Amino acid sequence: MSRAAAARGDATSRPATGRGGPLTGTRHLVRLILRRDRVLLPIWVLVIAVLPASYAATYAELYPTAAQRAEYLATTAGNPSIVALLGPAYGDSVGALATQRAGLLHLIVGLISLLVVVRHTRTEEEAGRRELLGATVLGRAAPLAAALLVTYAADLLLGLLVAGGLVATDLPAAGSVAFGLSVTLAGMFFATVGALAAQLTESAGAARGLGLAVLGVAYLVRLAGDAGGVEWLSRLSPLGLAQRTHPYTSERWWPLAVLVVLTALVGALASGLAARRDLGAGVLPQRLGPATAGGALAGPLGLAWRLNRVALLGWTVGAAALGAVLGGAAEAAGSAVEGNEAVARLMERLGGSASVAEAYLGATLSITALAAAGYGIQAALRMRAEETAQRAEPVLATGVSRSRWLLGHLAFALLGPTAVLVVTGLVTGLAYGLSIGDVAGRVPRLTGAALAHVPAVWVLVGVAVLLFGLLPRVSVGVAWAALAACLLLGQLGAVLELSQWLLDLSPFTHTPQVLGGPVPRTPLLALTATAAALSAAGLLAFRRRDLPR
Amino acid sequence: METPIEISGLVKTFGRTRALDGLDLTVRAGEVHGFLGPNGAGKSTAIRVLLGLLRADAGAVRLLGGDPWRDAVALHRRLAYVPGDVTLWPNLTGGEVIDLLGRMRGGLDRARRDELLAAFELDPRKKGRAYSKGNRQKVGLVAALASDAELLILDEPTSGLDPLMEEVFQHWVRRARADGRTVLLSSHILGEVEALCDRVTIIRSGRAAEAGTLSELRHLQRTSVDAELAGPPHGLAGLPGVHDLRVDGDRVRFDVDTPALDAALRRLTEIGVRSLVSRPPTLEELFLRHYGTAAPDAAPAGATR
Repeated sequence: MSRAAAARGDATSRPATGRGGPLTGTRHLVRLILRRDRVLLPIWVLVIAVLPASYAATYAELYPTAAQRAEYLATTAGNPSIVALLGPAYGDSVGALATQRAGLLHLIVGLISLLVVVRHTRTEEEAGRRELLGATVLGRAAPLAAALLVTYAADLLLGLLVAGGLVATDLPAAGSVAFGLSVTLAGMFFATVGALAAQLTESAGAARGLGLAVLGVAYLVRLAGDAGGVEWLSRLSPLGLAQRTHPYTSERWWPLAVLVVLTALVGALASGLAARRDLGAGVLPQRLGPATAGGALAGPLGLAWRLNRVALLGWTVGAAALGAVLGGAAEAAGSAVEGNEAVARLMERLGGSASVAEAYLGATLSITALAAAGYGIQAALRMRAEETAQRAEPVLATGVSRSRWLLGHLAFALLGPTAVLVVTGLVTGLAYGLSIGDVAGRVPRLTGAALAHVPAVWVLVGVAVLLFGLLPRVSVGVAWAALAACLLLGQLGAVLELSQWLLDLSPFTHTPQVLGGPVPRTPLLALTATAAALSAAGLLAFRRRDLPR
Repeated sequence: METPIEISGLVKTFGRTRALDGLDLTVRAGEVHGFLGPNGAGKSTAIRVLLGLLRADAGAVRLLGGDPWRDAVALHRRLAYVPGDVTLWPNLTGGEVIDLLGRMRGGLDRARRDELLAAFELDPRKKGRAYSKGNRQKVGLVAALASDAELLILDEPTSGLDPLMEEVFQHWVRRARADGRTVLLSSHILGEVEALCDRVTIIRSGRAAEAGTLSELRHLQRTSVDAELAGPPHGLAGLPGVHDLRVDGDRVRFDVDTPALDAALRRLTEIGVRSLVSRPPTLEELFLRHYGTAAPDAAPAGATR
């Protein structure tokens, strides 16, 4: 019997895969995925698996006595910016400190799991390879099931290795298992989110973007909750839930159970959608559109509006939701840290000289500004995407000049993030004002505070435009690297005590904290002028260069 | 009337690659001009220079009496362009793209737009991501042909079209010519060029290898002769301009240079002809003579250039 015949034989005769059932062929796809990822999969599992145990060994060596660890917890591990970045430490034992240090593991494993699932589902489908396989003996649900099976197995293996490594460094078994499983379940949850996103969108890029947006919101919500010590806010986030097991103090298992239920719900939704839709299609059926263009679609600006409106709407709605959550939690955050003088001082340094609650809001607005800058960069880099997809050419072969085309896109890259910040400030002020009974006072105050970040965001957009004009081939990577550098400088610069000239490189360093203080005009005008100069230079370079390049 | 396209000595380099190496191309007003060449010969690069998307490194380029780089916007109002691979915005319908491009070009003929949609059997209500390759090309073609542009620049416009649609395309190109418009048609579908083009430029490695009407080009080439004679074919092998002579009893087959055709036929009739098939060179043969591995050197010296 040939190998192909054998494959056909067991695909149809095995009860596990059913007689032509939706899961037929899953086994073969699992093997295909394992074959394709045979290098990548073991590497990421092993590299991540050794981290918690190595942290534990380091802490045991650096802080051997309970007194030293208690001091470390009081000075460093309990520091609000560390708690915001990593999550809370549930005690001063070696295990508790090491698992806090490994707090980003949930985010990282979630990210990788999500990307792996999209890579083996929507990417395959978009590339047409899924069609090739779909013509063989293959159940409808098999591709999704195979991608999830492999990712779940990798997450489980990773969790077991993490727990085993922690036990091997002489830590108690219960805490080790709780932490290991929390990593596993964070991975499984976001793998399933990836599976859902892959059903909703037609392109792999959009699926990744959707999944990453969910992951980013989950991280931001946990960060906002942990920074202000608002427990319910942290619990709203799957990442926050995964970090609520209190390993090595008094282990709680219910957050893991909640994650299992959430994963099952998202998974049921994803498989339900997968069973219903056509190959290659997203969930929304292809509807027919207008046969003629409306009056607004008459030039480069109208075209840019059509290309940007969905993203703009999504970002604005997201900003409003974030503002409502932050504004509603601010008062609780303020009272949670009230008695703590050191925390209050730190909050003030981060957020300006206002009440602790407003300082908290100021700090979260700074992070929102970075997200808005990411949106602005994405909108500016859309020009590069249009160029490489050869959609810029037919437009520029009409009576549209390069300047008009660029300015149409630039309008959205500048005004989109502005709208996001204004809405965030407005809704934050509204929610916070409602919670303390001062809407009329807080709305303009917080809207103004959000607006103060706009010029710095524009500078990053200007950097992206200049790169697009001058160095189009590296523009995407360098523009995102610039944003990442600003994020690192802003969040870690003060903690790491970097020198001032380095911090000055980030436009956000020059953004004044205007909450509860006067508005200094000079830095805002200087940032705006810088953004204008960068954009103008980008435009000049774009007008002079070859296209496509 | 000015000459719509005049290119001489055009050079364009990308790093170390010399994509255009002294290209000459002249397209006269009112003609359909075939722009032939294999992949990578520089056809699309030349067209992008004409569109002001790429800047020429050397040489002179005149488009509709202007400078394609400096006067790009003004010139673009007078031309329509169809790329070889039309990519559409996934969330815009075909009809929206046609109208958008038309408006940015300065308007299109609504009646002709509807007529074209019907002729090409294109549903303008579908979203860009839902069109097949051939249908995306149709969107580009309808947008260009519905415009009132005096110059059409078509870069391998029919890739992905089925033979029926190819016929429709040819009909509309002829109509455009009848309306007095000028067409630059880059293609490697030789049948299409043979059917449509008044004059042809063959490009190879970034320079023009041949230019002229099809009959001029044919004149420089050989005619194939297949004849059954009344007697043994003596004296044919010695004639100048006769190539690849194969004798099979009283039957002969050979290729003959066009200037030597008369002498060869005279010799055949002297022997006595029972049947005769003669065939002018096809464009394929012209083309292969320039690009084929064996063909170029087989051409008689001085006959092709």
